[in-house]
Amino acid sequence: MMPEDVSANLPKSALAGLPQGDRAPAGGSPDFFSVQGFNFYYGKKQALYDITMDIPEKQVTAFIGPSGCGKTTLLRNFNRMNELIDGVRHEGEITLLGRSIYDPKIEVIALRRSIGMVFQKSNPFPKSIYENIVYALRIAGQNNQGVLDEAVERSLRGAALWEEAKDRLHDSALSLSGGQMQRLCIARAIANRPKVLLMDEPCSALDPIATVKVEELIHELKKEFTIVIVTHNMQQATRCSDRTAFFYLGRLIEFDDTQKIFSNPAEKQTEDYITGRFG
Amino acid sequence: MDRFAQSAEFFTQAESSKAKMRAFTNRVLSSVCIIISLLTMVPLFSIVYLLLEKGLPLLRPAVFTGLPPAAGMSGGGFGNAVLGTLVMVGLGLVIAAPLGILSAIYINEYSPASLLSRAVRFVAKLLTGIPSIICGVFAFAAVVLATGKFSAYAGGVALAVLMLPTILLTAEQALMGVQSAFREASYGLGATKFQTITRIVLPDALSAIMTGIMLAVARAAGETAPLIFTALFSQFWAKSLQEPTASLSVLIYNFSTVPFPHQVEMAWTASLVLVFLVTIANITAQLAFSKKY
Repeated sequence: MMPEDVSANLPKSALAGLPQGDRAPAGGSPDFFSVQGFNFYYGKKQALYDITMDIPEKQVTAFIGPSGCGKTTLLRNFNRMNELIDGVRHEGEITLLGRSIYDPKIEVIALRRSIGMVFQKSNPFPKSIYENIVYALRIAGQNNQGVLDEAVERSLRGAALWEEAKDRLHDSALSLSGGQMQRLCIARAIANRPKVLLMDEPCSALDPIATVKVEELIHELKKEFTIVIVTHNMQQATRCSDRTAFFYLGRLIEFDDTQKIFSNPAEKQTEDYITGRFG
Repeated sequence: MDRFAQSAEFFTQAESSKAKMRAFTNRVLSSVCIIISLLTMVPLFSIVYLLLEKGLPLLRPAVFTGLPPAAGMSGGGFGNAVLGTLVMVGLGLVIAAPLGILSAIYINEYSPASLLSRAVRFVAKLLTGIPSIICGVFAFAAVVLATGKFSAYAGGVALAVLMLPTILLTAEQALMGVQSAFREASYGLGATKFQTITRIVLPDALSAIMTGIMLAVARAAGETAPLIFTALFSQFWAKSLQEPTASLSVLIYNFSTVPFPHQVEMAWTASLVLVFLVTIANITAQLAFSKKY
């Protein structure tokens, strides 16, 4: 799917400020979600080197690259989850809607409420399906039964789990199958209507049929949410994403439309990775 | 060699003496493990059998409502001792459980690697080995000498000191047993640390924490040394918490050493009652706090 090229409608002066070359965003506002000159360190070890990119709004962006290349590290920085680890530090900026996510006036919890995350191994709470989904609302202070019920139905429909779960809302979430649990985690992540949905290899622990369901779900979800997905599976990146970023050893090597990356990459390293010569 | 001959050779190789020796050793050691496991049940069943044999005869409702008989007299009961044990273990819990659980939350959730956490763990482990009489001596100095009287409060403090290390360490283990994936999911949804602990971590750890508390309670209910110079003993129903209070453990100690057969029988019955009470508390706690999901 080719995103619209909006750059034709912008005045030249605005275009002058945008990054050039293969890092130019082809769709969406550059002010939506933007990384500038971002370096990240685990203690003394540098994990990310000078990352600059713009995540386009309401599209799916895939991060690909071999193990240890920093794609999950960067993803977890988007909602500041890396701060849960001791000894990390960063340089550079990440901005959401123009505001730095590290702005001391922004509470981390408010940021995390507007950015949802789905983890590699599904981790529903040991509670009922209903309570799993409304957790995000309850911790934000929302306890009105009607609002919660509506949120549960909306999220489960949005995660394509409503038909399977509507008669067992108060059963344990742990009684679901693997694929259902991951869709429950997706429902939980979208319950509070975040602006961005981060997915860290969401299908790697699922069987092929569950994977297909989740990928179809991603196609539906991107109408409402901006999605960033880390994946080891390059076919998944071609199937699901609009834009793809290739990372290697902590650096962003290439970031472009998915079609271009996989058919005619500009960098040799990208081509080597995609054709399987390494990684 | 054709395929049939090859596979026949494989099977005969498996019958070699080395393989036979291994199989035999395996069977012998497995049997040894089973026998030893059965043997460890012997003391437990012996104690229960002995208690029932010696304690049941005198077990009547009057035992819970009556007061200890004077030397040489028959009849009576030890209702005040049952109440005293319940009250003092309860007092000890009221002090030790919040302290232990909150400390465990701090050392596991807030700063596991800090100097303070390491010191707390070290001291708690030391204290689990403290002789129970030292807990009594401490409470004697801290409460009895300070207030000028022997009391149930002093007994409760002594038992609290006894229970605290166990509760703290088992609560810490219970919290460590909660999958970190749950905490990650909670933070990812925008919860604060406090919300994560109260809504996710504690409910999941609760049944294991209760097991730890029950362990501590079982030990405290049976200890005599912490109570003999804090709560002393009393032949009467306690009218307040500020006076010497009877307890089952001290009663058993007193009655089992006097030369009057009725008192000695009472001691057996009191032992049986003590074991009953602890078992009921244990079962209730397990049922009430079992993992629901």
